[in-house]
Amino acid sequence: MSRVSRRALLRGAALAAPGLLLGGCDALGASPSFRDMVLGSGEWLSYRVHRLIGSDALAREFAPSEISPTFRTNGNTRPASPEWQRHAETGFADWRLEVGGLVEAPQRLGLAELKAMPARTQITRHDCVEGWSAIGQWTGVPLGAVLAAARLKPSARYIVLHCADDFDGMAYYESIDLVDAFHPQTILAYGMNGGELPLGHGAPLRLRVERQLGYKHAKFVMRIEAVALLGAVRGGRGGFWEDTVGYDWYAGI
Amino acid sequence: MADASPDPSGRTIRRHRVSTRLWHWVNAGVLVIMLMSGLMIFNAHPRLYWGSYGANSDPAWLEIGATGAEGYLRVGGAEFDTTGVLGVSTRDGRLWAIAFPGWATIPSAYDLALARRWHLSFAWLFAGGLAAYAVASLVNGHLWRDLRPKGRELAPGHLWGEVKAHARLDLAKGEAARRYNTLQKLAYLAVLVVLLPGMVLSGLAMSPSMDATAPLIVDLFGGRQTARSVHFIAAWLIVAFVVVHLVMVLLAGPLNGVRSMVTGRYRLPEARR
Repeated sequence: MSRVSRRALLRGAALAAPGLLLGGCDALGASPSFRDMVLGSGEWLSYRVHRLIGSDALAREFAPSEISPTFRTNGNTRPASPEWQRHAETGFADWRLEVGGLVEAPQRLGLAELKAMPARTQITRHDCVEGWSAIGQWTGVPLGAVLAAARLKPSARYIVLHCADDFDGMAYYESIDLVDAFHPQTILAYGMNGGELPLGHGAPLRLRVERQLGYKHAKFVMRIEAVALLGAVRGGRGGFWEDTVGYDWYAGI
Repeated sequence: MADASPDPSGRTIRRHRVSTRLWHWVNAGVLVIMLMSGLMIFNAHPRLYWGSYGANSDPAWLEIGATGAEGYLRVGGAEFDTTGVLGVSTRDGRLWAIAFPGWATIPSAYDLALARRWHLSFAWLFAGGLAAYAVASLVNGHLWRDLRPKGRELAPGHLWGEVKAHARLDLAKGEAARRYNTLQKLAYLAVLVVLLPGMVLSGLAMSPSMDATAPLIVDLFGGRQTARSVHFIAAWLIVAFVVVHLVMVLLAGPLNGVRSMVTGRYRLPEARR
């Protein structure tokens, strides 16, 4: 092979490489098995390592002076459901949180009952999967206290939160494992920044699961269900965004 | 160097250990994937802030966006028209309002979920490779013997001499080409000890779970949004290093250089007569 043709070959390879790389990565990303097995390895590893090294760790709590001047809303800000709208008009006076699934004592709890339970107030940083962060103060009842009242059956492994809002008719929902469900900072918040939880931030009740990204913090919570497996719940991947666009179920990173 | 003859030009030496060669080529691929998937993640919220928090109503020190069909980059108080590349670009014959263009991102069409999967899976390979190489280089003496500048090499006069030689494109020949020059050592050390670990740490500082487990990391940067900004800046510093690195490889003799990084064998360039 002459020097010139070798040089031409190298130059051709250098010019073609970016196109091949990009086309190759798009093709690999479109393959379901590559997407789930190879590109799912990060979530698999992060989840296990995080549970191993810090399952009890507490999220940073901030001072009142560090609260964001504006805490933007995200996702749905006013559910279309007639049921939720009726509750919103009456100040959620007749609204009840249902707690069921794999529990010994199913519950129906009104806002007054939830507020009579032990409360926790925390100033934490909310991190959206898109990259922004906002600091706010949240007041609510620890999810663990609600689950203790309902008494989980031994087969329960995950807690599913069913919400009043939807995107194009597909209901929002989320799920977490029992480590996060019984974490002291995991609360069902009914208050924000010293006042009632605003409608746009998920009234009457939203989840705060402080060591995960924003989409896990389900708003407009109507029903809590304890399950053994996530596969049988709605789309099977544990949450609305997980089912529809492929966000990771474990959102600790 | 007992076998050093008066004029070793043209001689072939063993230059790179297998650990260096393996890590180099794994990193070459991993860094491209990390950069391109990282740019897609940035596209989801193309604004950067300082401090713990930062969202749409907070002041951004850097922003890429579009007004109509015009793309812009704002840094501090300055605004640049970047139509065609940043903010607004063409893909498949159509105009798209997106911060970084499709040819620079993985995947090429907007997909935050998939970009995160690429980024957060290959991050393990990146961090694992870096940790393994750092340990290997400490154990086999590479860091101490080959990359540590010796006392006199850091003297201002010596450094200035090397800067002048580089500016003249007067690269080391013969016996002098056996070792890295001081600027080369400093550049490699800056990347190995500062930039690459800085990428891992600023990446970890963006994880809400890691911030709970190891709050020291996010404190080191002074907040999650600062860590995100540092992550972005350090990524471009690595790109700048790679560009200079490739230019130097081309100037120093690309075939000899690439061969030494593949087989380990390096032919000392002949001294000028």
